[in-house]
Amino acid sequence: MNLLIKNGFVYDPINEINGEIMDIAIRNDKIVESVPERTSKIIDASGLTVFPGGVDIHTHIAGGEVNTGRLVRPEDHEKDFVRKTAITRSGVGYSIPSTFTTGYRYSRMGYTTVMNPSMACLEAKHTHEELNDIPMLDKATYPLLGDWWLVLENIAKGDLEACARYVAWMLEITKGYAIKIVNPGGLESWGFGRNVHSIDDQVPNFGITPREIMCGLAKVNKMLNLPHTIHLHTNNLGIPGNYATTLETMKCLESIPSDGKPVVHITHLQFSSFAGEDWGSFRSGAGEIAKYINNHDHVTFDMGQIVFTDTTTMTADGPFEYTLYQLSGHKWVNTDIETETSGGIIPFHYKRKNPVNAIQWSIGLELALMTKNPWKVFMTTDHPNAGPFTAYPKILAWLASKKARMATFKRLHKKAQKKSLLPSIDRELSLYDIAIVTRSGQAKALDLKEKGHLGVGADADVAIFNLNPEEVDIANKYKTFRRAFSNAAYTIKAGKVLVKDGEILQQSDGKTIWLDLQTSKEIEISEEIKRKFREYWTVEYENYPVSDHYIKHSSPLTIKADV
Amino acid sequence: MVQEKLNLILLTGRTIDQGVGKESGKSTKLYFDSTTMCYMDETDMNKLGLRNNDHIMATTEEGSVVLRAIKHPRGAMPGMIYIPYGPWANAICSSKTTSIGMPSFKGTPVEVKPAPNQPVLTLEELLKKEFGR
Amino acid sequence: MSKIDAVTCPVCGCLCDDIELTIADGVVAQVKNGCAMCEAKFFSHNNDHRLKTPLIRKDGKLVPSTYDKAIRKSAEILAKANYPILYGWSSTDCEAQRVGVELAEEVGGVLDNTAVVCHGPSILSVQEVGIPTCTLGQIRHRADLLIYWGCNPWSAHPRHLERYTAFTEGRFKGSEWKSYINKVKAAAGRKKLRSLERIGVLKHKPEQVAPTVSDNKPPAILNKKGRKLIVVDVRKSMTAEMADYFLQVKPGKDYELIQAMRALVRDQELDVEEVAGVPVEYLQQLVDAMISCQFGIIFFGMGLTQSPSKFRNIDVAISLIRDLNMRTKFAIMPMRGHFNVTGANTVFTWQSGYPYAVDFSLGYPRYNPGETTVVDVLLRQESDAGLVIASDPASNFPRKAVEHLVKKPLIVIDPHMNATSLVGDVVLPSEIVGIEKEGTAYRMDHVPLPLKKVVDPPKGLLSDEEILRRILKEVRKIKSKKLEAA
Repeated sequence: MNLLIKNGFVYDPINEINGEIMDIAIRNDKIVESVPERTSKIIDASGLTVFPGGVDIHTHIAGGEVNTGRLVRPEDHEKDFVRKTAITRSGVGYSIPSTFTTGYRYSRMGYTTVMNPSMACLEAKHTHEELNDIPMLDKATYPLLGDWWLVLENIAKGDLEACARYVAWMLEITKGYAIKIVNPGGLESWGFGRNVHSIDDQVPNFGITPREIMCGLAKVNKMLNLPHTIHLHTNNLGIPGNYATTLETMKCLESIPSDGKPVVHITHLQFSSFAGEDWGSFRSGAGEIAKYINNHDHVTFDMGQIVFTDTTTMTADGPFEYTLYQLSGHKWVNTDIETETSGGIIPFHYKRKNPVNAIQWSIGLELALMTKNPWKVFMTTDHPNAGPFTAYPKILAWLASKKARMATFKRLHKKAQKKSLLPSIDRELSLYDIAIVTRSGQAKALDLKEKGHLGVGADADVAIFNLNPEEVDIANKYKTFRRAFSNAAYTIKAGKVLVKDGEILQQSDGKTIWLDLQTSKEIEISEEIKRKFREYWTVEYENYPVSDHYIKHSSPLTIKADV
Repeated sequence: MVQEKLNLILLTGRTIDQGVGKESGKSTKLYFDSTTMCYMDETDMNKLGLRNNDHIMATTEEGSVVLRAIKHPRGAMPGMIYIPYGPWANAICSSKTTSIGMPSFKGTPVEVKPAPNQPVLTLEELLKKEFGR
Repeated sequence: MSKIDAVTCPVCGCLCDDIELTIADGVVAQVKNGCAMCEAKFFSHNNDHRLKTPLIRKDGKLVPSTYDKAIRKSAEILAKANYPILYGWSSTDCEAQRVGVELAEEVGGVLDNTAVVCHGPSILSVQEVGIPTCTLGQIRHRADLLIYWGCNPWSAHPRHLERYTAFTEGRFKGSEWKSYINKVKAAAGRKKLRSLERIGVLKHKPEQVAPTVSDNKPPAILNKKGRKLIVVDVRKSMTAEMADYFLQVKPGKDYELIQAMRALVRDQELDVEEVAGVPVEYLQQLVDAMISCQFGIIFFGMGLTQSPSKFRNIDVAISLIRDLNMRTKFAIMPMRGHFNVTGANTVFTWQSGYPYAVDFSLGYPRYNPGETTVVDVLLRQESDAGLVIASDPASNFPRKAVEHLVKKPLIVIDPHMNATSLVGDVVLPSEIVGIEKEGTAYRMDHVPLPLKKVVDPPKGLLSDEEILRRILKEVRKIKSKKLEAA
């Protein structure tokens, strides 16, 4: 099948195309140089904006934690239900949509690839089963490795090579894509109800510090030649004054050799950029953080932008969720996973009139706007933690239009208004910048070579928006812009037109992308693990891996490791 | 003095024999034996003049069923009877869900009296009697 | 003769995956590591109670038929129905459950699983107050205080203690096998003494009468280090026999007992002498043991969910755990019964947003336990057809609910003859999941495990998943024809 998208305003930052009117040719599922016009299906994109398909680097859409979130919140679903149609399955929203609905809603916004960032290895099958039931998108998932006993033990022993082989083994058998680290050391401590409070605290029973875990895994990441950096949720997340911890964290990773490439992705940075001593003196630490990131090239981050709504927080950071429970008294879920990690869930309502929430809203935008290089910034809400992903168009409007953000700003708690840096920030992202922070930058950080751009050889994932950049100044007409990005004119994935004018035309399964890591000493390591298995876990070695049975459309990425 | 009947509290639940019986097959003797019995406290059995394996009739608002009385082997449980899950227990269990979906499988008032001359129905007989099939 | 290791047992929520099978002549010949139920299940694939051929009721009798006819008939029943119920699901694999949700959506029915008569109330409580919990390995490695409340793992989850809790060797906590064996020896010794007394060899000493609740003083062991096992129940179960401490609560009084414990955890004084038959002084000692442990856990079962107060019992139990977490680390876990009831809740939730009692009659998932729960639908006599899969409601539902189920056309999918298949209108035999078909199941702590195919199914049998797929296809065919005709 050939498809020709004609005369659109094309934004393709990876190929440095900035709003040029041009054609995009598609043969089957790839972008090609050209296709014969007569035998191709033509999409007339004149007067429309053409982007690569959206890429989300961090969104909790599948797995044990997400599903428990769904389970504990019937009140979240009752207000937002979706009928079955001839083409699509029924489902529910709001903050934690059911699987099919998740796929449809992303697709309607022009997204084609999403990363599920938090997978407990022991429950990896569950994550993959759910990913199979999320249509319309290509997906990958990051296993939680920062508090895994075998990582802690080998780093404590100083045997990084062994650690690297264990990590390679785990990435492969869980069909994962990147090393996810959450509150390193804190989750193991949480096993007995404790936490770590700085990157140099000792982890009980293991003789290791968060600093050592992060540096160790960053080096392992390099030894394995992984496409993405370590994906880090910092210590002390969500605690006033934690921007200092975040600065120290970034500093401790400065010395990791990297050939000028990033070595760490700090996720939902907003939650790690708090200044002040307590909730009363709470203020933004975004200035200091942005300044550091502007002067260093080893860090990328995503925003974790707050939107004012009722949502559901969920993270592997069990102790942090307990703090939220103490603050809110709301229903609290905690799930500790043997040998590996923990997790927690709390429903949360972010309110404009709550000074802390309002300052948090400001922090996210300050970070994104004060970081000069858009390739270091990715737009997320850490769905559903700071708000559901369906709020993305709203956030894009805030980024692209001072008018939009001041309209919200005026309605914030007065204390927050006084503390916010936003009135002094005039920067407004262009459509080109928007393309970077929503797809191209994310694809680049993930080293997904066939995603996030429209060059020849790329996957035929295209989003077309009903927005004429020559006629609409998005900074001024931000509502038009927001509408256009809420319902794509077309979403094309793998060469198939899935969405037209915000309506689903057909349901299509995506691929699951995972790393097929080639290490030299694989066999030896699996004998060692076999011996440890009954001691560490309550399941048998044979039953642990995610077999092919659990991946509907497998798309392995072969990586040659240095160990 | 032997009493004619006792008003007790009905509990239903699991036993290992019932568990093995259900996995072996619902038409096995083990399943039948393990689900047509009824644990009682020794003192209650004495009150009714019952010995192990004597037949009793248990009656609730929902209906009646004939079972075999067995002395509870461990500890005291005066005032309660315990019937393993199964069609016989459910013939008399309260169906009241108190609007949350869950019938009242434990804690229903039950009247127990000796039934020396009445047989324990087989599964087929019970289904025939209850549902006509 | 061949051996298969690391087989997952498809019986209870423990989902032990260390079963070793010996297969001879296509039949399970030996089962190693399993409990009595596990053995019975693995041997059952070859017993006389198997359904071998589809049955359709004609003139009041079930007569043999073919899959094609039985599937066609099932599809007709479902396509015609306005408000069918699709019930069971807990003893089949997630793969079949996924098709089940699609079928329920297609026919606009009420989809419900056995949790409704099991841990449904627990789910309601989790939706009210959340749940601090963990995986079973976490208990093995860390827990030093184990409480089984209203549950009897010795009977319902026979290997729970040995694989996950008291008798396992963890990284930070040791096994209590030895002390258990000593206890058994001591008990055997006492018995011997007693029999010697009876036959007159020893002089009779006045023995304590059967301990009443108030005699049941917390032993000194509650203050010792190492693992402690406590059982709370209305009667002395087999598990209670093994425990370091058995607390007998009056039937239906769990709620007030737990509330009293909450008060004590919060250092409030109680102005009564006893609660639920337990002296406050003993309760205080128990609560102190709970507060001073390093990692405690309460496992609870039907003793809480099925007795009066139902989900309110679980509400307070979870709230007690929330309170205890201010003082130490504590978790709580429901003892899920069927081997894949957790999977049914999980699959239903990811596809529809709700764990059970999902009503698709309006074209979208709706959830209102008490209204959309299958027992209530049956008691209100609203359903006009039923599909029962991998479950036996004719045995497990109260009589009144079964009466209506039987009155309307009833489709039964099951490997075995049981009470429900005896009263069904269309009976479809299926392969036994985890013995004759591979699949996935979720352990009581949400850990997914693969189920293996270890022997071939009887010739010509289809799996639950395949039967459902075919019914779904047939239903769609019938509906599209109707649409064309219109």
